[in-house]
Amino acid sequence: MAVEQPDRDSYTGYLTTGHEWNGLRELNTPVPRVLYFFLSLAFLFSVGYWVLMPAWPLGVTYTKGLLGIDQRKLVAASLQEAAVERSVWTKRIETEDFAAIQSDPPLMEIVRGTGRALFGNNCAVCHGVDAKGGPGFPNLTTSSWLWGDKPEDIFNTIRVGINSAHPDTHVSQMPAFGRDQMLPRQDVLNVVSFVYFLSHPGAKDVDPAKVEAGKAIFSANCVACHGPDAKGNPEVARPT
Amino acid sequence: MIAQLTLIERQYAIMISAAVAVCGALMILVGRDDAMGIHGALVFLAGILTIFRIGESYFAPAPSDERLAHYYDDPSKVAIVLAMIWAVVGLAVGDWVAWQLVEPDLTFGVAWSSFGRLRPVHTTSVIFGFGGNALIATSLYVLQRTSRARLPDQVSPWFVVYGYNLFCLLAVTGYMMGITQSKEYAEPEWYTDLWLVVVWVVYFLVYLRPLARRKEPHIYVSNWYYMAFILVVAILHIVNNLAVPVSLGHAKSYSAFSGVQDAMTQWWYGHNAVAFFLTAGFLGMMYYFLPMRAGRPIFSYRMSIISFWGITFFYMWAGSHHLHYTALPQWVQTLGMTFSLMLLIPSWASAGNVLLTLNGAWDKVRDDATLRFMMVAGVFYGLTTLEGSFMAIRSVNSLSHYTDWTIGHVHAGALGWVAMITFGSIYATVPWLWKREQMYSPKLVEAHFWLALAGTVIYVFAMWNSGIVQGLMWRTYNESGTLAFSFIDTLVAMHPYYIARAVGGLLFLIGGCVGAYNIWMTIKVPSAVTDLAADVPQPAVVGSGALRAAE
Ligand code: HEM
Ligand code: HEM
Repeated sequence: MAVEQPDRDSYTGYLTTGHEWNGLRELNTPVPRVLYFFLSLAFLFSVGYWVLMPAWPLGVTYTKGLLGIDQRKLVAASLQEAAVERSVWTKRIETEDFAAIQSDPPLMEIVRGTGRALFGNNCAVCHGVDAKGGPGFPNLTTSSWLWGDKPEDIFNTIRVGINSAHPDTHVSQMPAFGRDQMLPRQDVLNVVSFVYFLSHPGAKDVDPAKVEAGKAIFSANCVACHGPDAKGNPEVARPT
Repeated sequence: MIAQLTLIERQYAIMISAAVAVCGALMILVGRDDAMGIHGALVFLAGILTIFRIGESYFAPAPSDERLAHYYDDPSKVAIVLAMIWAVVGLAVGDWVAWQLVEPDLTFGVAWSSFGRLRPVHTTSVIFGFGGNALIATSLYVLQRTSRARLPDQVSPWFVVYGYNLFCLLAVTGYMMGITQSKEYAEPEWYTDLWLVVVWVVYFLVYLRPLARRKEPHIYVSNWYYMAFILVVAILHIVNNLAVPVSLGHAKSYSAFSGVQDAMTQWWYGHNAVAFFLTAGFLGMMYYFLPMRAGRPIFSYRMSIISFWGITFFYMWAGSHHLHYTALPQWVQTLGMTFSLMLLIPSWASAGNVLLTLNGAWDKVRDDATLRFMMVAGVFYGLTTLEGSFMAIRSVNSLSHYTDWTIGHVHAGALGWVAMITFGSIYATVPWLWKREQMYSPKLVEAHFWLALAGTVIYVFAMWNSGIVQGLMWRTYNESGTLAFSFIDTLVAMHPYYIARAVGGLLFLIGGCVGAYNIWMTIKVPSAVTDLAADVPQPAVVGSGALRAAE
């Protein structure tokens, strides 16, 4: 351990601290003034902020700040304010009937604009962003509606849901004809051929005999819900 | 490696490994109905393999006393290799999750590869695997040279290196099996946490002892930072992980805190993990390797002191800026915000101190990619802290919080600062440690530098854009006073930025692989001029210049 002897750094002209570790040295450069300046500035700003805003704990309470600002009250107030602003049209939607709302183009513009984002945030996960549905989730862009296509009906479907926990929920179910042995396997296959043929008229890959056989089974088992023409029945919400 | 251990040290090592294997066996026994059993098997295997490894060379001749004249660098070497392995794994998983955000089906339908499980695999691999190993390696290296004292013994540093990696392995494999505490950066469950406590306490002691026996009157600034890193991480880890397991045979545990106290403890931990793991430790690295490589004295000793105490003091208060506008009482948020603002000053003082150190050596920065890595790291450190303090302002945070802006900030720090300073330091130490004249290929170092820089810049810019777009879309109202965009609209808007980020990440990953290859070749191919070993930091101790690559 040599005697500590500060050297002068030829490049900066500053002295070193005189100590060396493993070849490393440090200059004894004074701390630049700006550093103290900004440190004081930041501290003063903080003190000012502490005085004005809720800041320091005092046992079970805290300094409330001269401005008396409280984030919870602020949120409540701005929610209130936004609700008042919106009430111009929300009140009409709540009170007027669907026909009246639909016959007012400016109001409908608001409804459509708002509805788009609501649909995106709440419905699109199942029905798709384009509302075209997917496996297990109905397409909402066709004219066939399971639970009715009048605004009142749609409103009600959204209100109670389908197979939801709401007491008045729409319930959608179909017996397990195969599992519960209400129909033998062969009959199930036949009726599959029949309904396949319905939606694919003229299809070549189905056996006409099975279609015929299936038709009889359909009439006996399925018409109650799906209708004699298999077009469904929105009254009881049956698919086509 | 084992030939360097004395006979008694070999016996200790076997006993410790046996104890580990017994713990593993116990875990298998009590945890057989739980995923914990699989972890037991891993621990058991780790213990047994180590015993065999020692057994192989058990009867090797005892090392000569001459070894004591040299620093003990083998653990650092192993930790550097491990760091690079974790880097490649962690960056690859990072890029994988980045692509998952572009194309969600990239999980291929299995549970372990879902986004929620791979994301912590990424963060743990890069922060703890890559960063942690690099910190252990460099801290032991720097400690010995700046205190001119050898590590106290030859077993405990190995325990730290291997024990720590066992921790990382348990953590990462646990996430993939669904074992998690759901606390960010503190995901591992109770038994893994307990294991880390043991390892970390040993690390602390390994660090303290040479420092206490140092042959220098003063403690070099790097060591202040490394000490702060080790000590504070111990405290943070223990407090935040206080939890009660469901039973000794189950991985699941419940935190000792609940509600807003839990949130505050978690972000006190989380923020100081950033401060003392991702900042203090790496500042220690920077304060040693940058001036060493540049061949310049530190710009100002006084500034080092101010920034060290400023950083350690202010950081402790800042955690609540992660919980702005939440159930956390507003006064706590005020303190978090104001202390974060004051924190900027010592942070910039650190960045300024190291960048000013380069005065007189800028020509080297131009020519030497290794030094340029460190210089760029300093710049990104300054940038990230400025951004951080800005984001800590409540009204700014109301825009940035929950958005990709935070992710951009994180990776400006993680890629630009943490990874760059680590790569720079590793490129500096590898030739010193393995006694090579230089890296296997300086050209590849240069290539790595540009890949890393390009990747970082693309990543950060993509996330700034994405984050601000996202934040603004969330708060855009139409004239009727309702939200103009649905959440999914924001996802559509972010999609192109996610592609850009994943491409930037890919560049960064390729850079990391190039680096790993280069390091591996440097180790494998002995350089013709080993005697000339550019071992700049040769200490003025007995036997200096004769430090040989052990083993
Ligand atoms: C190849 C380079 C990398 C890529 C592509 C990448 C990608 C990602 C992605 C996609 C996420 C999740 C973001 C989200 O949830 O929206 C993430 C999170 C994170 N990454 Fe990386 N990453 C990379 C490198 C790194 C490195 C080197 C580090 C640290 C040293 C790091 C630290 C983190 C952290 C701390 C988070 C969590 C951020 C938060 O929760 O706010 N990453 N990364
Ligand atoms: C003066 C220094 C810094 C300040 C004041 C600061 C402040 C902040 C703030 C305000 C956030 C956002 C919190 C939120 O909205 O959720 C944040 C997030 C984060 N910062 Fe910094 N930052 C600083 C430096 C750094 C550095 C150097 C790194 C190094 C990598 C870093 C890593 C992170 C990480 C990982 C997160 C994400 C935490 C999460 O998972 O949510 N920060 N920081």
